[in-house]
Amino acid sequence: MLRDITLGQYYQTESVIHRLDPRVKLGGTLGYIISLFFFRNFLGYGVAAVFLATVIGLSHVPFRFIVKGMKAIVFLLLITVTFNLFLTPGTEVVSVWRLTITVEGLRTAVTMAIRLTMLIIGSSLMTLTTTPNNLTDGMESMMKPLKALRVPVHEVAMIMSIALRFIPILLEETDKIMKAQIARGADFETGNIVRRARALVPLLVPLFISAFRRANDLAMAMEARCYRGGEGRTKMKPLVYQRRDRLGQICILAYLAISITAGRLRL
Amino acid sequence: MSIILDHVNYIYGEDGPLAVKALDDVCLQIPDGQFVGIIGHTGSGKSTLVQHMNGLLKATGGHIYFNGEDIYDRDFPMKKLRSRVGLVFQYPEHQLFEVDVFSDVCFGPKNLGMDKKEAELKAFDALRKVGMPMELYYQSPFELSGGQKRRAAIAGVLAMAPEILILDEPTAGLDPKGREEILRQIKELQVQTGMTILLVSHSMEDVAEYVDRIVVMNKGRVMYDGAPKEVFAHYRELEEVGLAAPQVTYILHALKDRGFDVDVNATTTGEAVETVLHALGRIPEAFRP
Repeated sequence: MLRDITLGQYYQTESVIHRLDPRVKLGGTLGYIISLFFFRNFLGYGVAAVFLATVIGLSHVPFRFIVKGMKAIVFLLLITVTFNLFLTPGTEVVSVWRLTITVEGLRTAVTMAIRLTMLIIGSSLMTLTTTPNNLTDGMESMMKPLKALRVPVHEVAMIMSIALRFIPILLEETDKIMKAQIARGADFETGNIVRRARALVPLLVPLFISAFRRANDLAMAMEARCYRGGEGRTKMKPLVYQRRDRLGQICILAYLAISITAGRLRL
Repeated sequence: MSIILDHVNYIYGEDGPLAVKALDDVCLQIPDGQFVGIIGHTGSGKSTLVQHMNGLLKATGGHIYFNGEDIYDRDFPMKKLRSRVGLVFQYPEHQLFEVDVFSDVCFGPKNLGMDKKEAELKAFDALRKVGMPMELYYQSPFELSGGQKRRAAIAGVLAMAPEILILDEPTAGLDPKGREEILRQIKELQVQTGMTILLVSHSMEDVAEYVDRIVVMNKGRVMYDGAPKEVFAHYRELEEVGLAAPQVTYILHALKDRGFDVDVNATTTGEAVETVLHALGRIPEAFRP
C-alpha cells in the first residue's frame, strides 16, 4: 500500500541519465523547473514536453512507474485546478448556481495542471535516476561556496542524506507495524475522520519509538567509526565532470534557450 | 478448522524492475491441532507464506481455503479471518504502544468488538498463558526487558482467542534462556489448548524438540514436508541450502559411522542420550521404559 509512493524513490537500471553527474542533473532540474514558470504560451510547454519525453526515454525508467508515483498528488492537483477554475474573475463562459467558469479561469487552471504535472514528473525523474548518496554529494559540492558564509554545508548534506536514506526504511517499518496492528484487528480504512485519526495512534507511537531507536543506533555507529564532521573528510568516489556531463550541460542550456524563447513568443 | 494452500504463488513488486518470486507453487494442508515448524533460510519465503494465511498478503496466483471457504471470495469476512488466525510478527514488541501492558493486550479483543469486561478477561487470560508476572501488568510496556516485551506482544495476539496461532521467529534476538522459556511456553500452550500452532524459524534446533511436523522452505518452494525425523534424514541436502539439522543428528551419524549401534533418527537431546546409552549397554533407571 505505502510502497506505491514513488516520489523520491530511486529506480535502479542502467542508462545515460543514471550515469550523469548529479550536479548536472540538479542544475538541469532546477533550470527545467524555472523554465516552466517563464512560459506565456502553450508552445513553451510543448517544447518542455518533448524535452521531458526525451529524457524519460533515455532514462529507461518505464513511464508506467513514473505515473504510479503521480497518484499521490492527484488530490493536490484537483484542488488547485478547482480553485483556479472557479475563483478567477474575468469573462464568463458558464455559470451554474454561484459557480462561474471564466475564460481566464479555464486558462489558468489548464496551465496550472500542466505546470504542476510536468514539474513533478521532472523532479521525480531526477530522484528516480540518482541514488540518494549521489544526490547529496552533488548538493554538497554545489553548495560549497556557501561555506564562506559559515553555512554548515557538510552537516546539511549529511542530514539530508540520512533523511533520504531513512525514507524507505521508515516506509517499510510503517508497512510492518500497520500489518501487525491489522493482524490485531486494527482498522485504518473505515470510519469518519476522528475515528481514523484515532486509529493512527497504534501506528504512530511505535513508529516514533522505532525512529528514535534507529537514530540512537546510527549516532552510536557513527561515533564508533570516529565521525567528526566534514573537516578534512575525503570521499571514496569524488565527483568528476566527464565528457558526457559537459554534453549534458550543453543539452540543458540548449533546451533552456529554445523553450524560453518559444514560450515567450506572442502568438 | 484447517487451512489449505492450493498452488499459491506470490511475486513482490510485480511490475517493478526487481520483481521477486517469493512463493512458487506452494501447496500445504494444515489440519487441526498440529504444531508445525516452518523452517527456511532468510529470504526463503517463510514470512511471506504466513502472511498469506491471515490475508495480509494476497496471492498473485492460487487459492487459500480456510475451513473449506476460499478466502479470496468477495464476500469472505477478512476481519473475522484475522481474529481466528492470530499472527505474531517478527519482533512483535515493536508494535506495543499503550501506556501499560494490560491495555495493550486489550487492544486486539476490543478491536473485535468485545465489551470492556470481556476484553479484559481475555487479556488477563492471555497474559497468564504467556507467563507474564502479575506485578508487570500495569507497567509501561517500554520499561520491560526484551523477553517480557515479547511475552506482552504475544499475549496481545493471544487475547483475540485465535484458533490458529502463527509465530514468526518468536525467539529472534533473545538470549538462549529467554529463547527456551518462550518456546517451552508455546509448547505448553499447544498441549493445554490443543491450538494449531505454526512456528516460523530459521533454526532447526529451535523447533526440533517441540513440533509434530516440519515444512522446509527454500527459494519460495516447499522443499521437505514431514515429521522431524523424516526431514532430518535429509540432513546433507539441508546443509546444501544453508540449513543445518540439530547437532545431535551429526553426533549420532558420526557415532554410527564409527560402528556404534545408535538410532540416528533421534531428534531431541533426550532421545539422543537414550540411544547412546543404549548402544553402550548401560540403561540408567531414569531412562528405562
